[in-house]
Amino acid sequence: MALLELEGVEASYGRIRALRGISLVAEKGEIVALIGSNGAGKTTTLRTISGLMHPAAGSIVFNGKHITNEAPDRIVQLGICQSPEGRRLFTRMTVVDNLRMGAYTRSNAGEIKKDMDRVFELFPRLKERRNQIAGTLSGGEQQMCAMGRALMAKPKLLMLDEPSLGLSPILVETIFDIVREINAQGTPVLLVEQNAHKALEIANRGYVLETGAIVQTGTGKELLESAEVQKAYLGM
Amino acid sequence: MGGGFGPLLSFLATTRGGLDGHLVGALRKARSSVQSSLVTRVIGIALAAVVIIYLSPKVYALGPSYFLRIVAVGVALGAIYALIAIGYTMVYGIVELINFAHGDVFTLGAFISLPLLVTPFWHLTEETGGGWGIVLPLIAVFLIVMLITGLINVGIERVAYRPLRNAPRLAPLITAVGVSFFLEGVMYLWKGAVNLHYPDLLPSNRFVGGTFSAKDVIVIVAAVILVAGLAFFVNQTKLGKAMRATAQDRDAARLMGINIDRTISATFFIGAVLAAAGGITYGLYINSVNNGLGFPIGLVAFTAAVFGGIGNIPGAALGGLIIGLIRATNDGYVDPQWTDVVTFAILILVLTLRPTGLLGMRVPEK
Ligand SMILES: Nc1ncnc2c1ncn2[C@@H]1O[C@H](COP(=O)(O)OP(=O)(O)OP(=O)(O)O)[C@@H](O)[C@H]1O
Ligand SMILES: [Mg+2]
Repeated sequence: MALLELEGVEASYGRIRALRGISLVAEKGEIVALIGSNGAGKTTTLRTISGLMHPAAGSIVFNGKHITNEAPDRIVQLGICQSPEGRRLFTRMTVVDNLRMGAYTRSNAGEIKKDMDRVFELFPRLKERRNQIAGTLSGGEQQMCAMGRALMAKPKLLMLDEPSLGLSPILVETIFDIVREINAQGTPVLLVEQNAHKALEIANRGYVLETGAIVQTGTGKELLESAEVQKAYLGM
Repeated sequence: MGGGFGPLLSFLATTRGGLDGHLVGALRKARSSVQSSLVTRVIGIALAAVVIIYLSPKVYALGPSYFLRIVAVGVALGAIYALIAIGYTMVYGIVELINFAHGDVFTLGAFISLPLLVTPFWHLTEETGGGWGIVLPLIAVFLIVMLITGLINVGIERVAYRPLRNAPRLAPLITAVGVSFFLEGVMYLWKGAVNLHYPDLLPSNRFVGGTFSAKDVIVIVAAVILVAGLAFFVNQTKLGKAMRATAQDRDAARLMGINIDRTISATFFIGAVLAAAGGITYGLYINSVNNGLGFPIGLVAFTAAVFGGIGNIPGAALGGLIIGLIRATNDGYVDPQWTDVVTFAILILVLTLRPTGLLGMRVPEK
């Protein structure tokens, strides 16, 4: 049984149809990359999975349970958490308080503390800045904080929306290393990226999204070598 | 309710129903340039100087104990304004609604408390008098009224505002005005449009040469306890933190697993709890209430909230105190007939010169 399965999902903003029947699968242990150009519908896909918007058609099944029309807070409880596009930190709270908000659905203080330590291990910079107001962090630090915050939910599936956006090349490298590390520690990742090359390099499998529909899928390696992908997304 | 709604509504409509509409957005941008913030400061200092020069001889002539009396009344009234202003600011912070019915929720608190003053368990009347015996019953009345009013406000949000949560901002603003009329109408049918006597239960002993009365002190202490409780709740409890998160970024809050319907309900509950406590306190302090009281007092408290920085809780408390002091000063040294003019001139000045208020958000939003 797949961890997450989308079947013919359609979604729209008013009259604008953003998703035209998306089917995709994420298995336990995988990194799945979702690539596509601006406006293809990547963010909309994640928002729909998270329950921030509900599909007009199709179904979403997570861990064998229909979550198609569940409320976002239920979906977090079931184990899907995302670091959204644009980070969306609580800019007037400290780094630590942001991380604590990530653990909002959890109650075991001991485990929360342990995960906080784990986040600080992954992102030592956050530990230094733990009492800084999140709105005053640099862009890279904010990205780390957003990823850390999502991890604090101890998700069974972590979704990252463009974690490398706007970061320096070195930091992009670091972020992708950390994604790999998070996955190696046992968390499946659904990774939305503009940086198709890097994303496909670390992904087990990938999907290519174009104007609200999936046009291609395969292992990361296959997609990296595919002529269409190379032409459209890798600039070769 | 008076005829005050028409122009006010059209003003708010032009600002797209919220203080963060186009107009204020533009003003905010203008303010960010060094020059205009300098202008703001110069105007502020010049105004303060004029006021001080104008008032000093009067303050001197009327003597220090009169001055202290004015301060005591100002702080006590300010404490009540603060209790109301906090509700305005919390609701605005979380749903960006200027809740025009909030002042009437304050009156409702006072109205609901009236029949509860005399029950099979206690008799809180002027005849049975004060003494320590009234402490526990009075606290019980406060708690019961706060609970009832809080629940009513949760119901109001559910019926009048929640269905419009994704509608244009002007829509819930209009239903808020509707709720205001509705509440005033209900209270009118209940008790009529007359000034109701509210029993004078608090001791009226005076201290410091007659300047401070026990009443002032009790009102101030009650407000301080309530605001401290609120601060603890908002900063230390999980639900309080969820409310702050929802106010800062609703979608992000939902992605953390926060049930925002619940946090919004909680916000309306707490806003009403404080307003209801303010209503009882007002009754005990002024000893007179009427069904239309909430509208003018609500506007003053709204001014206090804007003055402190709308959306900012400590700002609302501070704004309430300052507005209370300004109004008492004007009442005592200038002319009570001008007090509303002064209050709303302040509202206009703050909106045009410093829309973020005294303690407006200092941290970038995104
Ligand atoms: N709130 C909205 N209202 C109306 N249309 C929207 C809204 N959000 C997104 N869209 C539209 O839906 C489509 C898909 O947008 P989406 O944000 O999912 O793209 P994306 O693949 O994440 O793009 P990017 O890489 O630029 O983030 C786009 O055509 C976009 O204009
Ligand atoms: Mg996107």
